[in-house]
Amino acid sequence: MPRRIVTGIQSVGHRVIDSIWRLGYASRFFLLTLIKSGTSLRRFTLVIRELYFTGVQSLIIILVSGLFVGMVLGLQGFETLQRYGAESAVGTMVALSLLRELGPVVSALLFASRAGSAITAEIGLMKATEQLAAMEMMAVDPIARVVAPRFWAGVISMPLLAGLFSAIGIYGGYLVAVVLIGVDEGSFWSQMQSAVDFRYDVVNGIIKTCVFGVAVTAIAVFEGYDAAPTAEGVSGATTRTVVTSSLAILGLDFILTSFMFRGMG
Amino acid sequence: MEDASESLIEIQGLNFSYGQRPILKGIDMTMGRGKVIAIMGGSGSGKTTLLRLIGGAVRPTSGYVKVAGQVVHKLKRDELFRMRRKMSMLFQFGALFTDLSVFDNVAFQMREHTDLPESMIRDLVLMKLQAVGLRGAHELMPNQLSGGMARRVALARSIALDPLLIMYDEPFTGLDPISLTVIGNLIRRLTDALGMTSIVVTHDVQESLKIVDYVYFIANGVIAAHGTPDEVRRSVAPFVHQFVHGEEDGPVSFHYPARPYAQDLKLEGSFA
Repeated sequence: MPRRIVTGIQSVGHRVIDSIWRLGYASRFFLLTLIKSGTSLRRFTLVIRELYFTGVQSLIIILVSGLFVGMVLGLQGFETLQRYGAESAVGTMVALSLLRELGPVVSALLFASRAGSAITAEIGLMKATEQLAAMEMMAVDPIARVVAPRFWAGVISMPLLAGLFSAIGIYGGYLVAVVLIGVDEGSFWSQMQSAVDFRYDVVNGIIKTCVFGVAVTAIAVFEGYDAAPTAEGVSGATTRTVVTSSLAILGLDFILTSFMFRGMG
Repeated sequence: MEDASESLIEIQGLNFSYGQRPILKGIDMTMGRGKVIAIMGGSGSGKTTLLRLIGGAVRPTSGYVKVAGQVVHKLKRDELFRMRRKMSMLFQFGALFTDLSVFDNVAFQMREHTDLPESMIRDLVLMKLQAVGLRGAHELMPNQLSGGMARRVALARSIALDPLLIMYDEPFTGLDPISLTVIGNLIRRLTDALGMTSIVVTHDVQESLKIVDYVYFIANGVIAAHGTPDEVRRSVAPFVHQFVHGEEDGPVSFHYPARPYAQDLKLEGSFA
């Protein structure tokens, strides 16, 4: 029995050491990516090409989801607010929910599953088919040539996508509340205008999306680069990207929110 | 053995192990300029590891590999990268960049390492593709190529910067007989035309003996035999004979080491 306990403690210890080691390895990889970003910035066409794959190709899912989220918010908001005779505040509710929370968080979750997984799978497959090794043998650094452009493309496209998500979401709320249900259009927009604060709501939302963009893409490129070079390894890495970045987004969101909106009305 | 003064690659007392498991044990080799050299041996005999050691992808446990007078494992990363511009490696399945067209694959190193104008890159790429017979395929993507064509594009890519040395990792694997001959002849022709050195790691005996100048056999991490193709064909050394003629049993045993058969079947003493 005591031997079993010792083995149990040992295995816990191993896991802790392994995860700390992996965290250190990932941080080192992240720093290397930043250091070797010179090529991407000098040859910006490399980043633009990836922007098309990560940004432009994520547009459909982001726009459609944003529209539906906004419509649901409008519907639910109207249901609740009309009980208190405050249905004209539905615009404020839709805009604040989207700008502060739902815009950054939901678009980052969608981005992780659409673009993050694709980045991991692509880099992982390049590794499995020896393309990264071939690049090394051609005296070209894969971190500078493959990883860094994808990283920066993700970091740039995430805030833009979140902005579009919130914008189309607000339009979705307008469609349901004003066009469909018949809330007064003037009060819908004017209440929203007076309640939304640029510094607290919009800027904080943008900061959040930037942090999420860095986190999701850093996780995606690391998992791809670190994937075991087999079909199983790549599929495992893709799953880890989605799971880890989703958890990271939600965890980071709590931390950022608690700093940003502390004591706010 | 080749004449050392004309050698491009010199390997002395090379040992390499993965952890506790020795892969190469005391390899000595000399490879002359302008030659095609084959390294043969069964699967898992350490042939590919030897290529990785020459390319500086892994470090030897002891001994050294010298390429053009420089000890590979003592080079710093930027020096190693400078040296790698003079060598190329053809991977087993080509390792073409799947997101780039045939043209861009061949142009890759020119764009990364030179400041050549795009018009000159275009001419050079078409010339390299012409050499492997695929000029007409320059607009295709790698997923539109057959295995043999992909290997030829990879060959065009590996001669893009006119290297001193090309290493081929199992270039004949999984090819039909026509592609096999095409690749074999291309290796020989390009080596002669460009004055480079080629190292071919393979276990395709018949195809490689037709095109190479010298053969090394590696078995269990040591050089089991070496010689010119004619010497190899005539060799009566048991290992070489078994390998060249593809015999099932010999020094390389058909059976994995095991306890006596009778003992495993629990038949001991029953016939006594």
